[in-house]
Amino acid sequence: MELLLNKEKQVVVVPRKTTRRKKIMRNWELYLFVLPCLLWFIVFKYVPMYGIQLAFKQYIPTEGIWGSPWIGFQHFTRFFESYQFWTLIKNTLSLSLWAFIFTFPVPIIVALLLNQLTSERYKKFVQTVIYAPHFISTVVLVGILFVFLSPTSGIVNHLIVLFGGEPILFMARPEWFKPLYVISGLWQETGWATIIYLAALAGVSPALHEAAIMDGANKWQRIWHVDIPGIRPTIVILLILAIGNIMNIGFEKAYLMQTDLNKSASAIIPTYVYEIGLQRAQYSFAAAIGLFNSVINLIMLLLVNRIVRKLGGNSLW
Amino acid sequence: MRAFRRTKGDMTFDVVNYGLMTLYALMVLYPLYFISISSISDPNAVFAGEVWLWPKDITLEGYERIFSDTLIWVGYGNTILYAAVGTAISIMLTLTAAYPLSRPDFYGRNLIMLVFVFTMFFSGGLIPTYLLVKDLGMVDTIWAMVIPNAVGVWNIIIAKTFFETSIPGELREAAFIDGCSNTRFFFKIVLPLSKPIIAVMVLFHVVGHWNGFFDALIYLNDESKYPLQLILRNILVENQVSNSAAMMMDVESYAAKQRVAELIKYGMIIVSTFPLLILYPFLQRYFVKGVMIGSIKG
Repeated sequence: MELLLNKEKQVVVVPRKTTRRKKIMRNWELYLFVLPCLLWFIVFKYVPMYGIQLAFKQYIPTEGIWGSPWIGFQHFTRFFESYQFWTLIKNTLSLSLWAFIFTFPVPIIVALLLNQLTSERYKKFVQTVIYAPHFISTVVLVGILFVFLSPTSGIVNHLIVLFGGEPILFMARPEWFKPLYVISGLWQETGWATIIYLAALAGVSPALHEAAIMDGANKWQRIWHVDIPGIRPTIVILLILAIGNIMNIGFEKAYLMQTDLNKSASAIIPTYVYEIGLQRAQYSFAAAIGLFNSVINLIMLLLVNRIVRKLGGNSLW
Repeated sequence: MRAFRRTKGDMTFDVVNYGLMTLYALMVLYPLYFISISSISDPNAVFAGEVWLWPKDITLEGYERIFSDTLIWVGYGNTILYAAVGTAISIMLTLTAAYPLSRPDFYGRNLIMLVFVFTMFFSGGLIPTYLLVKDLGMVDTIWAMVIPNAVGVWNIIIAKTFFETSIPGELREAAFIDGCSNTRFFFKIVLPLSKPIIAVMVLFHVVGHWNGFFDALIYLNDESKYPLQLILRNILVENQVSNSAAMMMDVESYAAKQRVAELIKYGMIIVSTFPLLILYPFLQRYFVKGVMIGSIKG
């Protein structure tokens, strides 16, 4: 800072301008710190984004991505006109929608109920148990599905036979793919997803509950009028994220659960990209389909965020 | 709240609630319990559906076959190697980037943050990334397993939030007045104060590597480099037990083979998953903490 005299001969304090150069020089080490990570992002995130141009080119391995000739939107029109297009869209959308309809609200309900358990120790015990499946890998989860649902030796079909039914070939039936996907997802992730809601519930002021009790509210009414409004902002933010990711459905589980016989229901855009791109090496066609998917995701996220902001709720940014 | 008498409605609510939560916990536990008892029961009894609550005709045959198979040990070894190297790389990149971004006096932090966060919403996708990794000559090497997915934006945000909230600016100013440099401050003061967050991130990365199979699926062709999960997939999902010579050498008939294959599957699930499931209750609070720190900004 400097002391100067102004026109009226009064002393004023003028902050000395720190130049950009000085600001940078003072913390030069910090730039070296960020550098490796920044380079990583440029190489592994931004170079592939540049590589998206593949979607508009005819990939020739010897020429590489840059040297291959442009062909415009041919891959996109080929995809839109292919007979799988509507099946893929339908499967992807309905699978995400079903997964969303169940996996979004169930953790909220479970968290609200868990929060009402009067014994702190029992609550801890239930939490420990229900978080556990989160640590089971997708491979093992799908392995468990195959083992349990085996038509000859699986425990589920033993039960069905015990009650006089016919064994069901679960993994070979297209109509069973979606329910199994959703149920196994609920089994694995519901507990883990309650963590955030439980944290939000812990933040609801006890004074509100006490006041509600004074006014004669029972537990249901307190959940409805105190707890739910208290965690509303959390719900809204997670809702935006969930809807923004609705087409971003996980590749791993769908791919592992896919069998030749249930493919009519289990073929979704990500598994199709994998099949076309990496198994059949049609790189540019697969890149076009992948781009189509990412663009839809981005649009969904922006749209949902905008709608929520219009409605006066919280938004992501 | 003890002072208030619980109404009849609240009592009913509690009874139903305890019942529901117990039922839910049992629904989570039973499949895991069933796998455990099936893995040590006589395969014929499991096959016939006679195993429900207790193991029957206890046998360790499945485990003997599993442990005699070299492929599984190679997978275990690879997974541990990838987890160790991958976690080290990830932690290093994440922390060194997150620290400067947590500093209010770091010129350009918003721009750099934008560069990072943008990748959460838009990415090049599978194919361009695969071609890049291939062009870099990483296919079929350990590097494909530890570098292309080393950094997660979410982890950077978590670490940055942690630094912002738990390293006071006064501490830094005091250190600088004493002539401490940025580098020294980071290594001597920031890192020792960040042990909790480092523990959380190590755990998440180790679990991620332990359970991950996608990178191995697309980047590895050489069976001797496969991590455990890929070998598991071949056995559990693709049903390739019977191809594994070491495990099935002495089993003659097809039916017997199928039964032993089922036994091996149950055993494999236990062998691959239980190290994590047993450790997890002791580490639970760290995991939960990780989710919480991440959600503050969310």
